[in-house]
Amino acid sequence: MSTTTPTRPPAATNAVRQRPGDRIFKGVATASGLAILVILAGVAAFLLYQAYPALVAPAADIAGGEGFWKYTAELVFGTALSAALALVIGAPLGVGIALFITHYAPRKLAAPLGYVIDLLAAIPSIVYGLWGVFVFAPALVPIYAWLADNLGWLPLFAGPVSSGRTMLTAGLVLAVMILPVITALSREVFRQTPTLQQEAALALGATRWEMVKYAVIPYGKSGVVAASMLGLGRALGETMAVAAVLSVAGGVTFNLISTQNPGTIAANIALQFPESTGLGVNLLVATGLVLFVITFLVNFAARAIVARTSKG
Amino acid sequence: MTQLTTPPRPAVGLGTTRHLPAWAPYAALAVSAAFSGAVLALAGFNTAGWLVLTAVVFTVLLVSASRAVEGPRKATDRFVTSLVVGAFLLALIPLVSVAWTVVSNGAARFDVEFFTYSMRGIVGEGGGAAHAIAGTLIITAITTVISVPIGILTAVYLVEYGRGSVARTITFLVDVMTGIPSIVAGLFSVALFTLLLGPGVRLGIMGSVALCVLMIPVVVRSTEEILRLVPHELREASYALGVPKWRTVVKVVLRTSVAGIGTGVTLAIARVIGETAPLLVTLGVTSAINYNPFDGRMSTLPTFAWFSYATPTLPVEASIDRAWTAALVLVILVMLFNLIARIVSRAFSPKTR
Repeated sequence: MSTTTPTRPPAATNAVRQRPGDRIFKGVATASGLAILVILAGVAAFLLYQAYPALVAPAADIAGGEGFWKYTAELVFGTALSAALALVIGAPLGVGIALFITHYAPRKLAAPLGYVIDLLAAIPSIVYGLWGVFVFAPALVPIYAWLADNLGWLPLFAGPVSSGRTMLTAGLVLAVMILPVITALSREVFRQTPTLQQEAALALGATRWEMVKYAVIPYGKSGVVAASMLGLGRALGETMAVAAVLSVAGGVTFNLISTQNPGTIAANIALQFPESTGLGVNLLVATGLVLFVITFLVNFAARAIVARTSKG
Repeated sequence: MTQLTTPPRPAVGLGTTRHLPAWAPYAALAVSAAFSGAVLALAGFNTAGWLVLTAVVFTVLLVSASRAVEGPRKATDRFVTSLVVGAFLLALIPLVSVAWTVVSNGAARFDVEFFTYSMRGIVGEGGGAAHAIAGTLIITAITTVISVPIGILTAVYLVEYGRGSVARTITFLVDVMTGIPSIVAGLFSVALFTLLLGPGVRLGIMGSVALCVLMIPVVVRSTEEILRLVPHELREASYALGVPKWRTVVKVVLRTSVAGIGTGVTLAIARVIGETAPLLVTLGVTSAINYNPFDGRMSTLPTFAWFSYATPTLPVEASIDRAWTAALVLVILVMLFNLIARIVSRAFSPKTR
């Protein structure tokens, strides 16, 4: 009988056999993963390389004649102002909509309503730009005129009002564009609120708002902060809508309803790039690098908050 | 008579049984709509003002009625409910307005000529966007062909192979990468090709490279989420049968999640197809059809719409009309891909029953 027993191969139970197919596949997958790192490093490196001539150029050669940092500072101000406006308007609305979808709307309607809000994200930014210029801005002119007449003593609403292509319009369009970003993430965290806590609050006699205030919002607070920062990142980098809507004259001003506005980095690149050559291109790339760093930091912080929340 | 003898109940606090009837909000809405209509009929009627005034009057009316009958806590609750519903309705206004504007303005030139003619040699009215449509399709196709394998393989690495700090770093950076402004991706491509081919170069492939930077992280994120949903039992069953790991990944893990991956990829396409800014700086502008992404400038729908608006030719109305129609075609394409994504997720999902 022992002759018929096949000779067993040397024990392969402990060592996992590495087939060539395995090794190749693992190699390809790993290479793809590392490619992400390479691409991101490449974005930073190539931008820096192309930006360098503008960073070291004498001040007189830079557009405006006052050097790179002066040129960029105005744009950074415009970018920050428009994004801040978008956030101030968009974040409360986005959180309100998320609450509506998760805790107020009929259960059956929640998913379709969420889909409707997501549609706002599907519209290309160029379409928002055209809509902003031809429909939204003219519609806002009477409101701006009223603001200038009645609140003109505030520096924000000093005017004069001539067209609707103002910083406030740009902020409002951006607010609409970041709404779906803020809503989507807030919705996720609100939905994850422990049901028991909500039911306990209701059982204690809390009204729906008290339940939301004491059970849902504390739970979702960091998620809302992260969602708002992602929205902020989106607003900082938005290009075409601002390029179309905002009427730019340069300078630093908090006057939100005039047409003499500072530009934003992204819109400035889109507007200037087609006619730029030589050092002009380097200058625009350098401002792009600044934008990259700013949005990278904002997104980094937002993701860090998300990561910490989902772990804890 | 018995009602008169019962002691008056406190309006506030536990034990309160006084509620506004269920029809109260509807009644309040009807009253406030009528009231606002009447006020504005005297002052000069407009729809937007009427809606805003109705909302304000409705909220004030309902909240004060609730405060009088149900007490401050319920009143606050009703107030917040009105705010939250109002926020949602407010968000619908731009959506409806954008959709209506694009359709009504785009319809003017939504004709055969728009789809069959380029702008080559066109002065004034007429002409079309055949060159832009071709460019959009070519550039999006190249972007998809480059991004999808890298994206899916990266997700496979993260889910199946990646351990420790490298995988965590990549996951984190992919998230951060989804937030790169699109214009920066365009500048990256410009910087890269300037280094390779010299300054001032404009090629279709440059646009694709820029869009890849935007598309890859989206594909990675969606694929990764789907792969993590594949039950471990399936993998273990496959290993138990002696199937090599790579075949397990390809034939079991990826096969199980093909519907989800397809949906994610389609949504990623829908996202990049509408990108304007990176194409603006990489493609330049042209009015003729160019099928070769490696030679010369190309036009795409978003850049065509932008240049028709920003640098119109005379008569201006004809240019603006073309911009709107290009926007309409673009929106239709995006919606089409969103629709395809839903169909894909229905059709290819593994049958559970």
